[in-house]
Amino acid sequence: MSDVIANVAEALAEGSARIVDLTHTLDPDFPVIILPPEFGQCARFRMEEVSAYDHRGPAWKWHKLTLNEHTGTHFDAPSHWVSGKDVPNGDVDEIDPSVFVGPVVVIDCSAGAAEDVDFELTPDVILAWEAEHGEIPADAWVLMRTDWSKRSGAQYLNMAEDGPHSPGPTPDAIRLLLERDIRGFGTETVGTDAGQGSHYVPPYPAHYLLHGAGKFGLQCLCNLDQLPAIGALLIAPPLKIKGGTGSPTRVLAMVNT
Amino acid sequence: MTTPLTLPPKKDPQKRTKVPVLPPVARGRAALGLGVMAAQGRFGLQVCSECAAIQYPPRDACVKCMSEDLAWQDVDPTGKVMAETTIRVSPEPYFRERMPWRMGAVQLAVGPTLNCHLHGEIGRGDAVRMALKLDKAGQGVLIALPLKGSDVMQDDPVLRAMSCDPKHRRILISDARAPMALALTQAMLSAGAAHVFLGEPEAWLSWPERAELEGMENVSIMPLDVTDVSSVAKLAAEIGGKVDILINTASYVRVGGIMDNDTSFASNSFEVNALGLMRLAQGFGRAMSGRVQDGINSAAAFVNILSVRALSPDANYGAFGASQAAARSISQSLRAEFQSSGMRMMNVYIGPIEGDAWFQPLPPPKVTPNAIARSVVSGLVDGLEEVTCGDIARDVYARWQADALLLEREMTGGGS
Repeated sequence: MSDVIANVAEALAEGSARIVDLTHTLDPDFPVIILPPEFGQCARFRMEEVSAYDHRGPAWKWHKLTLNEHTGTHFDAPSHWVSGKDVPNGDVDEIDPSVFVGPVVVIDCSAGAAEDVDFELTPDVILAWEAEHGEIPADAWVLMRTDWSKRSGAQYLNMAEDGPHSPGPTPDAIRLLLERDIRGFGTETVGTDAGQGSHYVPPYPAHYLLHGAGKFGLQCLCNLDQLPAIGALLIAPPLKIKGGTGSPTRVLAMVNT
Repeated sequence: MTTPLTLPPKKDPQKRTKVPVLPPVARGRAALGLGVMAAQGRFGLQVCSECAAIQYPPRDACVKCMSEDLAWQDVDPTGKVMAETTIRVSPEPYFRERMPWRMGAVQLAVGPTLNCHLHGEIGRGDAVRMALKLDKAGQGVLIALPLKGSDVMQDDPVLRAMSCDPKHRRILISDARAPMALALTQAMLSAGAAHVFLGEPEAWLSWPERAELEGMENVSIMPLDVTDVSSVAKLAAEIGGKVDILINTASYVRVGGIMDNDTSFASNSFEVNALGLMRLAQGFGRAMSGRVQDGINSAAAFVNILSVRALSPDANYGAFGASQAAARSISQSLRAEFQSSGMRMMNVYIGPIEGDAWFQPLPPPKVTPNAIARSVVSGLVDGLEEVTCGDIARDVYARWQADALLLEREMTGGGS
């Protein structure tokens, strides 16, 4: 085993493998999910100085952070959703850390999302991907590439009077991924579900079905266009928050160059 | 007789900005009552409860009957200028910079003779109306005003120094999404404001009302979120040196009492309503305080729009009321901190706003955005510190002044 790790380290050092950062910068202006205002809301990222080499602490600078577990690029644990509330070890501090590093496949939906803001990842799209790349391996992360991360400002949530419009998976697509026994599902949008995902049966199918089955979610990812369809390694360890339902996460991928 | 003020030319960057100097500050306790009346735009004097004598200057006992029961009451402000004089030399730095200075003696129709400042449009023998105004030291002073002044009477230099008139000044409205932001912008421009900056929080969330503000002449929409210290600092770095009047419209309202309310909503209420004001003061307050004597478009006022629930809570809006009480307390501390610079801190108390979704189930009367805008403008023109807008705010404020504990019982203890 030590040879394998030495080989990985060497590959990274010599450049035959590289790390791709799939994480947005935590920034006060980065959008968060918006719910009807009478519901509790996702805290925006805020950072206040505790000291900055000044009278509050002469030789050091540090900040106080305020944020939600689901602010910025983040990990969803099964306990995030009502369907997953009784999943064993469903909080971020209880999850077996071995699942935080693992294989990842990327389904490229960027052409479709460019044409249609409500583009749906359907079983047909998945089956077409499998026809080209082979069946999605069990226990792999599946990421839906839409290039949505390249949008900014109001275009990111893409809010209209009838709610947000952004691409996402249909209930049947999630059911097919669960048949493949994936580890988790990730997107470039603000959630794992489509902007209009509340109108599916069940509402928010990615959250409802994935977490009910003990699977994980990743959202607000970026740089998915730098990943191969298959063959990359995903590194996504959430913070070890007691009873946490998710966590802002530095998501990395290791790819062959 | 009043020379109209014109928009000042750009500043000469080689000249030092004048630092604020104040008229004399010290007052006895009785004389502070003049400031209490002036802060509310009222003209009143001590009236003896025993012998009904109207007394000036304020004292600790009635000069007629020695009673100590001297209530401040509104009195008829009309009178006649009996004498005037022009002062050409003074040891006080504030007045030395403004010589010559006219003073007069006005006999009120109700009796007392008052020593007072004179508006430029009046002189000896003229019928006048008296007003109590706050001077740059924040103290109540008397000024005789024309019964019917010219259209530009507010431009009189003595009166202008007692006012925070928006004319030719640059305004920052902290939250463009607030229900009264559009009305306030229009009212400020109508009142002669040179420019209105509007802070826009969360530009990543679209809002249709933005279209009405976009493209208005002399209006700029700038990123500003009072919950984000870096956002406040960024905007202060950009325009902090040219904000003359800052109007804090940011507000966060959620329905609910204390036991059944979510502390994360309560936390947001405090973040926006109380700490937001503090962040604005930290970002903009010092630069504004330094520019109180910076010519025609000098810094003049910090305005905080408060719910009248700051004075006595409605238990159905418990956490909101608590945040408003905290915001009022911050306003009062700021007022004390601004005192040495001559900056005015004006609180505008309002009731539930017409059209605001968070007050939707409440019955009328409600206060309209236009009424709030009018009150802010007139409060600034009159140089006030305490303004009430709308029937509910006026009523609650008056009852609170009369008896705060009785008001609490009326609000929460079965008053009908």
